[in-house]
Amino acid sequence: MKWQNLIKVAFISIFKNKMRTLLTMLGIIIGVGAVIVMVAIGEGAQARIQSQINSLGTNLIMIFPGSFQQGSVRMGAGTAQQLSNDDYDRLRKNGTLFQGISPVARTGGQVIGGAGNWSTGIWGVSEDFLNIRDWKLESGEFFTANDVKTQNKVCVIGKTIVKNLFPYEDPVGQQIRIRSVPCKIIGVLSEKGQSTFGSDQDDVIIAPYTTVLWRLSGGHSHGISQFYISASSLEQMSAAQEEARTILRESHKIPEGEDDDFTIRNQTEFAQLATATTQTLTILLASIASISLLVGGIGIMNIMLVSVTERTREIGIRMAIGARGRDILTQFLIESMVLSLSGGLIGILLGFAATSVVQLATEWNTVITIPTVFISFGFAGLVGIFFGFYPARKAAGLNPIDALRYE
Amino acid sequence: MPNTETVIQTRNLVKTYDTGEIAVEALKGINLEVRHGELVAIMGASGSGKSTLLNILGCLDLPTRGDYFLDGVQINNLNRDELAAIRNQKIGFVFQGFNLLSRTNALENVEMPLLYNRSNLKSKEIRQLSEEALKKIGLGERMHHHPNQLSGGQQQRVAIARALVNKPSIILADEPTGNLDSRTSIEIMATFQELNQQGITVVLVTHEHDIAAYTKRVIEFRDGHILKDYQVTDQRQAAEDLKRFHNSAEETDGEIQ
Repeated sequence: MKWQNLIKVAFISIFKNKMRTLLTMLGIIIGVGAVIVMVAIGEGAQARIQSQINSLGTNLIMIFPGSFQQGSVRMGAGTAQQLSNDDYDRLRKNGTLFQGISPVARTGGQVIGGAGNWSTGIWGVSEDFLNIRDWKLESGEFFTANDVKTQNKVCVIGKTIVKNLFPYEDPVGQQIRIRSVPCKIIGVLSEKGQSTFGSDQDDVIIAPYTTVLWRLSGGHSHGISQFYISASSLEQMSAAQEEARTILRESHKIPEGEDDDFTIRNQTEFAQLATATTQTLTILLASIASISLLVGGIGIMNIMLVSVTERTREIGIRMAIGARGRDILTQFLIESMVLSLSGGLIGILLGFAATSVVQLATEWNTVITIPTVFISFGFAGLVGIFFGFYPARKAAGLNPIDALRYE
Repeated sequence: MPNTETVIQTRNLVKTYDTGEIAVEALKGINLEVRHGELVAIMGASGSGKSTLLNILGCLDLPTRGDYFLDGVQINNLNRDELAAIRNQKIGFVFQGFNLLSRTNALENVEMPLLYNRSNLKSKEIRQLSEEALKKIGLGERMHHHPNQLSGGQQQRVAIARALVNKPSIILADEPTGNLDSRTSIEIMATFQELNQQGITVVLVTHEHDIAAYTKRVIEFRDGHILKDYQVTDQRQAAEDLKRFHNSAEETDGEIQ
């Protein structure tokens, strides 16, 4: 039998029982809709995190002391060698593939000035920092290599500090006291908003790391907690990373064959890590939604079995005039596929509608990708074939004379 | 030119129904031959095995033992698909209950055997052949009606058109007039006689002697055996009987007036 005839026959029988058809398709509609919404939420989260990681900086390489891994036996915390000023000097002197290097020395404390006082984090960095992280100044200027060298008491402040300490005046040129040490404000950072993990990126004071280490921390310095390196190009990322590793191993006098006592991560790795996390989330959401698709498939199988029983006589007539088993099989398979694919189509529309509702109601980022739509539609078709097969085979296997005699 | 080729031949055909404890022998060794151009009535009480035989002849059922040849092809060792092809191309079936598909119109019902035909006819040719078949049995104007919009006689004629459309070797009819009143029955028999005159072999099952009287040969069944097998000497002509019906109806009309 030709395809167009088979499809016509399928549609005739589907339209005969509109209510039943709708209820049968409902499982698939909800299933496909749910998959689309869930994946859209997952992908949305992923896209958001991705863009935030991209905003970390350009060709960024990060070096941390110690190791994140807790594999074999290690020395206790604190015995690991810190990243030192010496490391920084060596990186700066021997690095050939670096566009910029900056150590980060973090401290924190009470800041007094302008309208009152404020507790915040203080970052000690090098003059390259702004370019590495791709941060911008709103006003004023950034400190220079000379300021770093001379441990000059200058700083650049974030917008949150401005709002709290200098709500009505220009902070540039003003003095603030960081942990009782007076410091001159020479610039204001552009507003950056929240980071990926929810912290306020504008609640920060940036000063030369030498100043932070030796003048501001009041003997409570934790040393250099991290290096930021910007590779000279994207292609040079891994070479630059390797170079940094070699320099640091030399500096830390690590013999051949021993593990590093520091960890190097680059932006891409970081992105991959975050992507992996959100991907897990997406997969989890999609699998939960797929279960409803599966249940929908079982609904189709149920109705198809009823339909085969109801139409036993019709099957008998068709066989009596020469339909082969496979003609009957295709007829019922196409019927269940038409059911599941129409359900899938409606489900896609429902998914789009539900996704925009979710986006409006929660202000979450959602992304519907073309592959998601096609995959969920294809999956609906597969469900139709899979769950339609058993009833169809049952119909095809009927004995013509028994089917004809069926009352 | 009369064609005396054998269409149906059976040898020692046995059909046993196994109903669990007792095996019922519905056919006890049937030897039968039907030649091209015959119009045969198989008669007998219910349970005599006549329908069982017709189902086997129609390749809807298989014999337990014995051989069956249709157009020289041995049927009883064919597989399901081959049997389906035989049913499609060599046999036209007409049932007591018409067995039309209720959701499709007359034309689509007649088209159906052609759709299962493997000769790859074009849709246009299928339509044309089906229209011809319907016109042949006088339903040219009702081809777009659904079965429930047709009278019993008309439905049965659609079924006959469906049986004819693939140009089968033989038409098998199982109590074709069983659900029809006597006048419509004669109409149907007139159709069969006309088709037979055009050279189509017809075998029908009936338990009415009135119906059998329109055939050329009668085979009587009892308890799974052939009791009698004889040629009808004074075959009635359905067309003439219909005319008489018509005239008497007119006379009645006249009397009323």
